[in-house]
Amino acid sequence: MSILVDKNTRLIVQGITGNEGLFHTTQMVAYGTNVVGGVTPGKGGEWVLDGKLPVFDSVKMAKDATDTNATIIFVPARFAPDAMFEAADAGIPLIICITEGVPVQDMMRVRNYLDQKKVRLVGPNCPGLLTPGEAKVGIIPGDIAIPGNVGVVSRSGTLTYEVLYAMKNLGMGASTCVGIGGDPINGTNFLDVLEMFEHDPKTEKVILIGEIGGNEEEKAAAYISAKMTKPVASFIAGQTAPPGKRMGHAGAIIEGGAGTAADKVKALEAAGVKVAKHPEEIPTLLM
Amino acid sequence: MKLHEYQSKTIFSKYGIPIPKGRVAATAQEAKQIAEELGGRVVIKSQVLVGGRGKAGGVKLAKDSNEAEQLATQILGMDIKGLPVRKVLVDEASAIDQEIYFAITDDRSAKKPVIIASAAGGVDIEEVAAKTPEKIIKINIDPLLGMREYIARDVAAAIDLPREYWRDFTKVAMGLYEVYKSTDASLAEINPLVITKDKKLVALDGKMMIDDNALFRHPDLAEMRDTDEDAPSEVEARKYGLSFIKLDGNIGCMVNGAGLAMTSMDVIKLFGGEPANFLDVGGGASSEKVAAAMRIILTDPSVKAILFNIFGGITRCDEVARGILAAMDEVKPKVPMIVRLVGTNAEEGRRLLENANMITAETLADAAKKSVEAAKKGK
Repeated sequence: MSILVDKNTRLIVQGITGNEGLFHTTQMVAYGTNVVGGVTPGKGGEWVLDGKLPVFDSVKMAKDATDTNATIIFVPARFAPDAMFEAADAGIPLIICITEGVPVQDMMRVRNYLDQKKVRLVGPNCPGLLTPGEAKVGIIPGDIAIPGNVGVVSRSGTLTYEVLYAMKNLGMGASTCVGIGGDPINGTNFLDVLEMFEHDPKTEKVILIGEIGGNEEEKAAAYISAKMTKPVASFIAGQTAPPGKRMGHAGAIIEGGAGTAADKVKALEAAGVKVAKHPEEIPTLLM
Repeated sequence: MKLHEYQSKTIFSKYGIPIPKGRVAATAQEAKQIAEELGGRVVIKSQVLVGGRGKAGGVKLAKDSNEAEQLATQILGMDIKGLPVRKVLVDEASAIDQEIYFAITDDRSAKKPVIIASAAGGVDIEEVAAKTPEKIIKINIDPLLGMREYIARDVAAAIDLPREYWRDFTKVAMGLYEVYKSTDASLAEINPLVITKDKKLVALDGKMMIDDNALFRHPDLAEMRDTDEDAPSEVEARKYGLSFIKLDGNIGCMVNGAGLAMTSMDVIKLFGGEPANFLDVGGGASSEKVAAAMRIILTDPSVKAILFNIFGGITRCDEVARGILAAMDEVKPKVPMIVRLVGTNAEEGRRLLENANMITAETLADAAKKSVEAAKKGK
C-alpha cells in the first residue's frame, strides 16, 4: 500500500512527444512505472521509446485503447488548462500536472470543473509523485529515495529532493512522496494528502514541507491537531523572505502581513508538530 | 504586475465603467493644458505604484489651470516612498456624496474570484478590515458562471446602496468582472467608487494587478510594466528568465528551485549570516544563465561571498559546474565562493571545479556555515 500511485498505476503521458515529456517518460519507464501510452494531438498512430509506447490524438482515444487510470501532463502552460479539462472529460480519475506558469484564473476554472467531475488533480507546477520501488509519476529523481514508512508531502521541488536525500542517508524510506506544487490555486492540498496518509496502513509517520504564502499549512495544522494519530515533522521555507515579493513560486508571497513562516510554524507547533530549523534536520525529528 | 491608476481607469472605461474626465501628463506644462481643457477645478494625482499617495502629499486639488501647473511642478519633483513621480493624472474634480469600496480579486482559499465591497470606501481597506470587519462584505463568484446581475444586486443591498443606484451599480459590477476576467487581473479595485452630488456613480480611483503568468496572452498589458519599483538587478534578471530578488545581506546565493532557494537563505540566517538575494536559476540551468546570474549577484558591492547550492535532478551538476567555470572566466569574481553539488552528475561536477579554488561543502548546513565564515573574513 501507499497513496495515489503504485504498481497498479497504468499511466498515460499528455505531451509525450515533446522534449520534456519524452525525457521524463524514458525516466519513468526506466524506474519501472507502468506507462501504457501517450497523447499528442496530430501525432496519433506514432510510437515512441523504440516502438514500445503508442501515441494517440486525444485522451479519449488513449483511454479507449488502453486501460489507463492516471495521466501526467507535460505540455506548455498555455495548453495545460485544456489538457486538464480533456483528461477530466475522458474520465481519468487522477491527473498530475507538472507544467509551471499556468495562469491563476485558468486554474480556478479547471479546479471548479474538476471538483464537479470528482477528479483528483495533483499540481500544477509540481514535481509529481514517487512511491519508491513501485512507481515514479513525475520528475523526482528515483535514486534519491528508498521504500519505507514515511509519507512526504511538499509544496516544493528541489527542497523535497533535499529531504528525501537526507532521509535516505539516515536509512529512512518513504511510503509515497507527493509534490502538491507551488501555485496559489492547485488541485490536491496538504489536507487531502494528510487524510490519505492517516488512512494508509503503510505510512506510519509524515513529513510536511511548507513555505510562505496562503494558509494551507494552518489548515493542515488544524487537521493534525483534530484528527491525526501519526506523528508529523515539518519545515517551512521562507523565514527570511521579504513581504510582498513572489519568491519564485507564484504562491510563495506574504500578502497584507498574512502567510508568514512564523505564523505557520506557530500553528504547526501548537498542533504538536515538530518543526525543523533546517531541512536536513527534519528526518532526525522522527527517529 | 501592477498597473498605474491612469492605466487601470482607461481599462475600466473601455468596459463601460464611468471615470472622471482627465488625462495623464509628464510635464507641468502638459498638466496646465489639460486643466485648461477640462475647465474648473482639477485634481493632480501622482502616478506611482505605492499606496498612501494622498498622505504623502502626492494628490492635490487645484482651483484653476495656473494652480494646476504649480502643483504639478511640485508633485513631479517628488519621491514617494522611494519612487520618483514621473507622471501625474489630471482629473476633473468631483463633488462627492458617498464613497464606496468595490473590488474583485482572487480568493486562494475558496479557489474562486471574490467580490469585496464596503460602504466605508475611500480609505485603506485593510484598515477597515482590521478595525471594523463587519463593514466589509465578501461574495465568491463561480468562475464557470461568472458575474450575474443578481449577484451585483445582492452586493448593492448588502452595502445599503439606495435602490435608485442599483441599475448603475450593476453595470459597474458587470464591467469590473469583465475587466478582471479579460485582463487576467489578480486585483481590479475601485476605491473609491463615488456617488456624486449630481447622483452619478464614478470610479474616482483605480488599481489593478495582472497575473504575470498570463502576460503571454496580453502583450499590450505587458508593455505597460513600470519597472521603477524593481531594483535594476531584478529588471536585468527578468531578461534572462531568472527569478531574482535583491535583499540587504552580504552572502550571494545561486540555487536551483524556488523552495530550496528560500531555504538556503533561511539556513544562512540560521547560522548568523544575511543573504544578499533570492535567486532561482531554474531547472536545466545553462552556462549562459549561470554567468548572467553571477554577474547580477556581483553588481551588488556588499556581496562578500557567494553560495552555490545545486541539487541535481533534472538539472545536471556537471552542466552547472561548466556554467560556473565559464562565468568565472568572464566575470572574474574576487569574493570567496562556496559550492555544494548533490544529485545527478555531482561527482563529475565536483571534479570539474576541483581547480577552481572554491570552498566545497557536503551538506546544506555545512555550506551555509562556510559561507557565513567566508563573508565575515571578507569584511
